[in-house]
Formats: sequence, C-alpha cells, structure tokens
Amino acid sequence: MNLEELRKLREKGQREMMQRSDNAKYRIVVGMGTSGIAAGAREVLTTFIEEINSRKIKDVVVMQTGEKGYSSKEPVVEVFVHEEKEPVVYGNINPEKAKRIVTEHIVGGVIVEDYQVVFGD
Amino acid sequence: MAGVPKLDVLICGGASCISNHSHDIKDTIHEELKKKGIEEDVRVIETGCMGPCELGPVMLVYPDKVFYQRLKPEDIGNIVENHFIKGRPVEEKILVSETTRAIIEKEQEDADFFKKQTKIVLSNCGRIDPENIEEYITENGYAAIGKILTSSNPDEVVETIKKSGLRGRGGGGFPTGRKWEFVKNAENDQKYVVCNADEGDPGAFMDRSVLEGDPHCIIEGMSIAAYAVGANKGYVYIRAEYPLAITRLEHALEQAREYGFLGENIFETGFSFDIEIRIGAGAFVCGEETALISSIEGGRGNPRPRPPFPAISGLWGKPTLLNNVETYANIRHIILNGWEWFSSIGTETSKGTKVFALSGKIKNTGLIEVPMGTTLRELIFDIGGGVPDGKKFKAVQLGGPSGGCVPEEYLDTPIDYETLIELGAMMGSGGVIVMDEDTCMVNTARFFLDFTKSESCGKCVPCRVGLVKLYDMLDKIVKGNGELEDLDKLESLCYSVKKTSLCGLGQTAPNPVLSTLKYFKNEYLEHIQDHTCRAKVCADLVTYTIIPEACRSCGICAKNCPVDCITGSKGVPYVINQDVCISCGTCYDVCPFDSIIKE
Repeated sequence: MNLEELRKLREKGQREMMQRSDNAKYRIVVGMGTSGIAAGAREVLTTFIEEINSRKIKDVVVMQTGEKGYSSKEPVVEVFVHEEKEPVVYGNINPEKAKRIVTEHIVGGVIVEDYQVVFGD
Repeated sequence: MAGVPKLDVLICGGASCISNHSHDIKDTIHEELKKKGIEEDVRVIETGCMGPCELGPVMLVYPDKVFYQRLKPEDIGNIVENHFIKGRPVEEKILVSETTRAIIEKEQEDADFFKKQTKIVLSNCGRIDPENIEEYITENGYAAIGKILTSSNPDEVVETIKKSGLRGRGGGGFPTGRKWEFVKNAENDQKYVVCNADEGDPGAFMDRSVLEGDPHCIIEGMSIAAYAVGANKGYVYIRAEYPLAITRLEHALEQAREYGFLGENIFETGFSFDIEIRIGAGAFVCGEETALISSIEGGRGNPRPRPPFPAISGLWGKPTLLNNVETYANIRHIILNGWEWFSSIGTETSKGTKVFALSGKIKNTGLIEVPMGTTLRELIFDIGGGVPDGKKFKAVQLGGPSGGCVPEEYLDTPIDYETLIELGAMMGSGGVIVMDEDTCMVNTARFFLDFTKSESCGKCVPCRVGLVKLYDMLDKIVKGNGELEDLDKLESLCYSVKKTSLCGLGQTAPNPVLSTLKYFKNEYLEHIQDHTCRAKVCADLVTYTIIPEACRSCGICAKNCPVDCITGSKGVPYVINQDVCISCGTCYDVCPFDSIIKE
C-alpha cells in the first residue's frame, strides 16, 4: 500500500458512499408515489442511477420521494443544487429525457428548459 | 442492477440495539428484500452504536436520511413495501427525517439529541460498516498515518499532539503529548504502545462503542503513536465482557494487515508495527496502568508503586506508552485537521470533545459527544431530555465509582477537567449517571463503596481495610444505627484512604462518600437523627402501613408477603405486623387499590 493506492481506494469508496454524504452538489429526487410509478418513475429512477454510475459522476445523490401533487406531470423529477433551497422541477420525464438531464444539467450545469415545469403555467 | 444500490440501510449494531434484537430486524429486511426481488437495490449495513440507545433498535436510511426508531420485525414488511419500493417513509416509526419536515418540528425535543453534539471521536460510529475497511478508508481512513509516515518525523508528530492540547480521556487528564514525549525520549531498542480498553466503570460504555463502531480509528491512532515514540509492537487490553468489540477489532486487525497498514514496511517507508489483543478478566483495578501491564505480562492484575512510570519501565520493563481508547480515537483527526483546529474546540485547559454515556434516571439514555465546556445542564436536559416521569432531578454522578456527585446548583458549570475536580467529581472515563428524588444519597454512596471494596486488589492496607470500614459505617447509617460522631470518623477515614492508597482505585474510591457528605449532609443527618430516609429507599427506615378505610380486604398483599406478616379476612381490613415486617415493599407494589402507605 502506498499513498497513491490509498487515494484510489478512497475515490472508489466515495462513489459508493455518496448516498451517505452531506456534501452532494446535486440531489436528484424522483417522485415515486402511486401515480409516479404508474407513469414510469421506476424506469426513470433506474436510468438516473445507471447514468450516474456509468459516467462515474461524483457529488450526486439519487433519491426517491413520495407524491408531490403534480399528478398530471408525472413522472416528476426535482433537481436540488447544493445550498439552493428551491429545486428545478422537471415533468413528464422518461428514460431518454433523464439521460439528457444528466448530460446537460448535472454535467453541463445548464437547466433543460424544455422539460422544466414552471408553476403558474 | 450493477453498481451502487439505490438505498443504503444502516442498522445499528451497537450492543444495546443488538440486545434489543436488531439482528432480527436485519434478517427480516433481508427476507423481505428477497421476497420482493430488490436485494440488489438496497445495501444493508450493520454499523456501530448510533447513540440514541433509548430508541433502539434504530435504523437510518440513506439518501433520504430517514431515521427509524423502536423497530420490530413486524414493521419491516411495511417499511420495505412503502419506503424502499414506493418511496413513502413510514411516518409512525420515524424519529427524524429530512424529507418529512413536519415530523422534525414535532419531535424538536428529540432532535436536540443530535443537534447539540459535535462528533469527532464518534464521527464514523453509526455511519460506516465497522467490518469493511474500505468504508473507513473512504472517510479518510489511514490517510493520517500515510501522511506522517511520508512527510513528518517523530518529533514533529509529538509536537503536533502537544500543541493540540489533547489530554488523556481515561480519567486523569494527563497531557497526551507530554506522555508521548517521555516515551520517545526513553532510550531503549524495544518500546511498546498499549491501548487501555478495560472500561470498568458501571454505566460507562464509550470505549466499547468506539471499538465496536470504528475499530480502525484505534489501529490508526496506535500506529501514529508507535511511529512517534519509536515502538514496533502494540497491545489492546480489552475486557472479556466486550465480545462484540473483540470480534470487530480482531476482524479490523486482519483487514489492516491484508491491506498493508500493519506489518512490515508500512506505506513503503520501512516503518513496521503490529498489534495484538490481550483479553482481561474484567477486574476494575486492571484499568490502572501498572495493574494492566502486569495483567498483559500474564501476572496477577496488581498495581505497583510509581515511579518508575510505564514511560520509563512498563511492559516487560521496557518504555511503554499507555493511552485510553478515546484518546487514540482523537489522534488521526488532529493529524488530518491540524492542532490549531483541535485546540480551537473546548475550554482554556481542556481541548476537543468528550464522549459521555448517559444513564440512570434520564429520558434519552445513550452515547453522546460534546465539546469540552458544555454545561451539565445542556448535557442532561437539552441532550438527555431531563428526568422522566415528572420526577425532580437530584444529582448526577460523574466519573463512576471514582468520581463524585454534583447537585442541581452546579449544573451550569462548564465541563472540563479542572471544574469537575473543584466540584469534587471527576471526568473519569465519561459515565454520567443521573439520579432523581427517589434516590437516597447515603445508599448511593454505600452502593459505590460496595463496588470498590469488592474490586480492591488487596495489595495495600488503606484500600483493602479502609474501604471495608467505610462501607460498614455507611451500612450502619443506612440501617438507622448511625451516630453523629460517625460522620467525622467517616470523613477523616476518607481522607486517610485517599492519601495513603497505592493506586488510583483507593485514591479515588472515597470520592462518592466525600461528595455526598459535602452536598447532601442533611440526608446523612436525617438518617442518623430522625431515622428517616427522604427518598424512602433504606428499608430499615421505612414503615409500611395499611390504611383500614382504604383496604378492600382482597388479600393480595398477604398472599405476596414473603414473611407472612400480613393478616386479615374478608370484610376486615388487613394489618401488617411491624415486628416481623422486613420492609421489602412487596405489598406496596402489589396493592391494586393503593391502600398501603410508605413513610
């Protein structure tokens, strides 16, 4: 064991333990209420996790939550940016759209306005 | 699904939760996950103690950070179905959750348990899997030993520990850096580092929880110490009553060897170090350093006079560094974050944090860590939740049988080594036993003396004979036969035993008597002069009487009386024969109509 090997082990572990970290930059929250699941939220959640893992992105936590009340827009996905209170809310998400959110928003840092739910519409 | 699971489910595997059947919870979760076919989506991890033992078994679900409490196997099906699969946490079992803020507000009082704490020593306990070295590595594990081996010389390490202001957490509070310096400067080709895990105070379980929850931090702390003082061999002396801590530490040692953190040529620097476990039979005196050393050597656990101190002549006559579990647990954090950071926490004379084990008449029993300088009131009332059942707080015993009690008027004292000594108590290893109005202070003093007199090794006369005499005097007072002049005799004998005993056991054993005499003298006087015990604990000073008007002649008291001293019959009130009555209190407890009074 040398310092370099230790650092590699730590980095590998950080990806695996990201869920337990308080410092995640992004939190992707998928609404998994009954209507969300019926509309395909489970596939969306799985897609997010697979994308994050396969691209080895750090600083992101994917989590599920219950019904948020936007039934007509399900599956609903909220993206919380660290230190910001209000999330970006995306509606009618499917696995394809989820991949685009990862590419453009999580990696690129640009909100995907096409899918964004703006309240008051 | 390959890769990282969706949920991390952390189940507390501290001894308290295990005795509350947390393994059944874990097994049930595995069964349910299998049934639902989602085993790969959920990672179930057994951790060390999470702290709130009162609420056990507890379980923390990430990433939602939902904290479940008081779980039963029958709750699990519901939690797996609704939370793990559908994402709806089961509210009635939740203590704190990030996603259900309403509950946080409702349980504000309980949430204080976590909020007022600062976790350094316990930072990994309850968060990582103690049996998985890679989780420890992820939390910067073994980075501190890697750093010093590749970039610091032993003098710099000792200097860092000295400047940090860390003091021994085993009780005495001796400056850790100075101890390290003594051993480093001792000339010898063979030196040892020893970890004292012989936690013997009744009501103390800090060291056990650290070993169970984060064993690698002790291995790393000892390795750093070994490098600093020039030792190549370490021993952990741990009591046989801690089987889980022993198992986890053994496992951690194996893993550390496998990964190259113990053994030859560590971090390719030529430094070699390894650790062995020595299991003690659980004698209280073996927490004393010279007795501990004798026990490791295979001898009887008897102390010897100092000097020479172990730093000069310790294990097998070689220079030996002896620190407590919690002291070693602080080391890696000081190396990684710098002595400036550590010394910015705490008070002028006492730096860093202290782990306390809360027990006795307190709502939230458990394990907590607070910065030095926190007041006893914050500890007992804000974090501990105060005294349950609407009872009144009476005193708190700090430092176990070697410490003393502190009454209510001193609760706003900030906790550090010096202030506690001034109050007649001591930091000890950190046991906090809360006593309420139903506790008799004279009886409490007798209880602790009963413990220390039994644990005295018998080598020196003041401790062997003195403690028995002290116990006898207290026993006489508790039984209502005390005389006023006994109090002076009691006090003077206390000081003689303290001054003349060979080791820490005898030198501190009279503390519970002295502190109760200081703060609760009126209770001693009441026992002697009025033959009363205000807490109604001392059986010989309490009489039980049946109120004839309230008695319904059910006869339950007579049936349960162990000495058959209650007589009566249907329609006639029952009567206790006071000449025969042993004041055991059974009738009082069983009377369904509360017709018996205790006075």
